[in-house]
Amino acid sequence: MSQIQFTNRAKAVDRSPLNFIERLYIWNILIGMFITIKHFFKKKATIKYPEQKREVGTAYRGLHILNRDEEGRERCTACGLCAVACPAEAISMEAAERLPDEEHLYREEKYAAKYEINMLRCIFCGLCEEACPKDAIYLSHTFTPTNYHRKGMIYNKEDLLIPNPTTQPEAFAKAKGLIDDKKKK
Amino acid sequence: MNLFLLTIDWWFIIEKLVLIAVIVSLCLIIAMYETYGERKVAAYIQDRIGPDRAGPFGILQPLADGGKLFFKEEIIPNASSKYLFVLGPTLAMITALLTSAVIPWGTSLEIGGRTVGLQVADINIGVLYIFAVVSVGVYGIMIGAWSSNNKFSLLSGLRAASQMISYELAMGLALIAVLMMSGSLQMSVIVNKQMAGALGGFGGWNIWYQPLGFLVFFTCALAECNRTPFDLPEAESELNFGYHQEYSSMKLGFYLFAEYINMFMSCILMSTLFLGGYDIPFVNETNLAAQIGQNWVALLSFLSLLAKAFFLVFVFMWIRWTVPRFRFDQLMHLGWKKLIPLALANMLITAALILWLNK
Repeated sequence: MSQIQFTNRAKAVDRSPLNFIERLYIWNILIGMFITIKHFFKKKATIKYPEQKREVGTAYRGLHILNRDEEGRERCTACGLCAVACPAEAISMEAAERLPDEEHLYREEKYAAKYEINMLRCIFCGLCEEACPKDAIYLSHTFTPTNYHRKGMIYNKEDLLIPNPTTQPEAFAKAKGLIDDKKKK
Repeated sequence: MNLFLLTIDWWFIIEKLVLIAVIVSLCLIIAMYETYGERKVAAYIQDRIGPDRAGPFGILQPLADGGKLFFKEEIIPNASSKYLFVLGPTLAMITALLTSAVIPWGTSLEIGGRTVGLQVADINIGVLYIFAVVSVGVYGIMIGAWSSNNKFSLLSGLRAASQMISYELAMGLALIAVLMMSGSLQMSVIVNKQMAGALGGFGGWNIWYQPLGFLVFFTCALAECNRTPFDLPEAESELNFGYHQEYSSMKLGFYLFAEYINMFMSCILMSTLFLGGYDIPFVNETNLAAQIGQNWVALLSFLSLLAKAFFLVFVFMWIRWTVPRFRFDQLMHLGWKKLIPLALANMLITAALILWLNK
């Protein structure tokens, strides 16, 4: 009987009856034990999670961050394109107009007064990142968010904003490094 | 009355009580760490690390598991037979611990001019006693399984009973060959006979004279302890948990514990019967005692017995993570049609050889 083969990895199953040595079990059990003892001394695949973390690729899509420009102003203008692009409808925002004395806080005249991402809804597809015309939202390399309540999984602006480069340059550089990593791809 | 009390050898009673307490607690601690060992061996064979969170290398893991079992809710099902339901795990635990009574754990100690034997009871029917106690052990599982009033448990109890009874036959037959060579059922005599062999006792080990007997005995011991590939009474995938399905809290703990104690005891028994017992290989114990003192030799011989037993325990675990479970008909086929004829043949050949050589 012929069957469609896509790879040449298929192996025919040996269905011939057991010979005498195989029927004794002992020899084959010894072979099996030899295989398992070899694994006993092999290098372990375990990554001890909280202490060690798996290296993720440059294109990895983790939790979102909201970007700032080099003067520490928020880039987001609350245009809503990310929310429109989001297939899981995880993003919601409220826009507000920038007041004259807030020019050091927001880059343009309009900004997001409220910006929430529901991490339980989010599917980490990265379409928001692609939709953003202002370079304001990025997916970082942070993963496995945890919380005691569902409410806590709705991330607001405080959770999402990248540290300010003027007041917290080190924390910003750390977060920024991940962004630059992604741009290299 | 006072005179009667004086006639009792109080030191003898105290020494036996201390010995019993030490052996029982030792069995319990070893059973605890067998669970840890099993998890580690399983992990290493599967390219994992295993428990490593509780304490350094996870060595406190058994304590955490035990604590967890203690604090679980104690549930006795309404439809169960309450008295028997409690009796089941109790019996399993008691019979598991009882076997340790006739094992010679080492050469004798000398404390204050008294010779203290490291054996609770050196009875002349030692092997028979062990077989009697192990047979009662089936009741622990059967009663527990039956009184749970659960069809899976009942099936598992049925399997356990038939499996243990079938494999006890082959086990006994394999043992008869050893007994014919030693000429005694007394455990201390069996060990002494092996220690008298060549190479400081190493050449006298029964395994060299009875390799087939050892193989049959080992296979049957796997089946008696309900270990994979003969863990049909538990068979998670078919019977969801087997005979301890309805059990919770420490009653479940007792069943699991009894299983590990059984495993340790059968490994000790195999070491005693086939691997020279507490004999230190390549060393003449009497000469060594003259050099470093009797008590040190006792300790070393005890450690030697433990080392042999632990190696066998490791092999038990190694087999568990290598071989998949037998089907029930295969199990019966192996037990009745292969192991029993093999053990019988082994027994007859041994008997014929003994007759021929002694003439």
